[in-house]
Amino acid sequence: MLWSRALGTKVIVIPAYNEEATIAQVVREAVQVADVVVVVDDGSRDQSAALAKQAGALVVRHAVNRGLGGALGTGIAAAVKLGATAIVTMDADGQHRAEDARRVLVRVEQGDVDFVIGSRLIPGDAGGKMPLRRIIFNSIGNVLTYVLFGVWVSDSQSGLRGLSRGAAESLDLRTNGMEVSSEFIKELKEKRWRYAEIAIPAIYTEYSMSKGQSLFVGVKTAAKLIIRRFIG
Amino acid sequence: MSAISIVLICFAVFALSRAVLRFRRGGLPLLHLGLWVLFWSAVIVVVVQPSVTSRLATLLGVGRGADVVIYLSLMSLFYLLFRMFGKIEDLERQITRVVRAAALKELDDTLSRRDP
Repeated sequence: MLWSRALGTKVIVIPAYNEEATIAQVVREAVQVADVVVVVDDGSRDQSAALAKQAGALVVRHAVNRGLGGALGTGIAAAVKLGATAIVTMDADGQHRAEDARRVLVRVEQGDVDFVIGSRLIPGDAGGKMPLRRIIFNSIGNVLTYVLFGVWVSDSQSGLRGLSRGAAESLDLRTNGMEVSSEFIKELKEKRWRYAEIAIPAIYTEYSMSKGQSLFVGVKTAAKLIIRRFIG
Repeated sequence: MSAISIVLICFAVFALSRAVLRFRRGGLPLLHLGLWVLFWSAVIVVVVQPSVTSRLATLLGVGRGADVVIYLSLMSLFYLLFRMFGKIEDLERQITRVVRAAALKELDDTLSRRDP
């Protein structure tokens, strides 16, 4: 198996919750660009775990569903355990290309940054088309992240991020849900990580759109972020 | 004394006894017991002597006694809600910690089986 051959330097972490429709394909492409692909099966009730394993991933299992933040925290901790020097997180629904994950890994490996954001919103660059509704949602996410944590990034809600080993070790995620995206930015500020943004295309398949954040999830995420900011 | 007063007093006494019982069993810290005793005693006083709220209202500059009761109730409810939100967050975090520890333990086991 891949991970017994080389306890990886480049690790891709993919949190997955009931993603059997896409996970196998995503893993098959991811293993081409990383030494180890860790899939965190976040209490799925479908075949996600088995399919990910078949496709070549190292599967870490949550006994019960903990949400995106919980799964990412586990996946990154597993990557550190495996000896990762560069870590990339990507979504399981096929909205990120392995090629872009590779570019983020390469950027992290250059060693001058601790954190890399794969941004779908860098204007006039490789960024692909994003539906207007999503542009508005993401802009609200950016503004909220800026107001709450004081860092302006072009795509605070992006699921494609890169971390150096140092950043991964110092990372302290406290949120379990979707708010985790903004929490990474909070960590970036608090831990004074050096960071870079890389333009990635926004890929919206019908599938990812159907699974993506609804207005309700967006509002809930925003409310949690605000409340937590003041409760700590 | 109206029927509703009697019902309210009975309930307050019942709640008081529950708090004392829980304290005796060690399930309630002394401070919490004190707060509950204060709260339910206040309820009894207000039910028996509603004019107290009017005096309190004048003192606080609120129009009516009933309004004071509603304001105070709302405030305590919001406070409780706030406290519960924090508690639930703590619990969620702890559950994640447990689930994560188990997941990473399983990973350790898998790795040591594969790479003895």
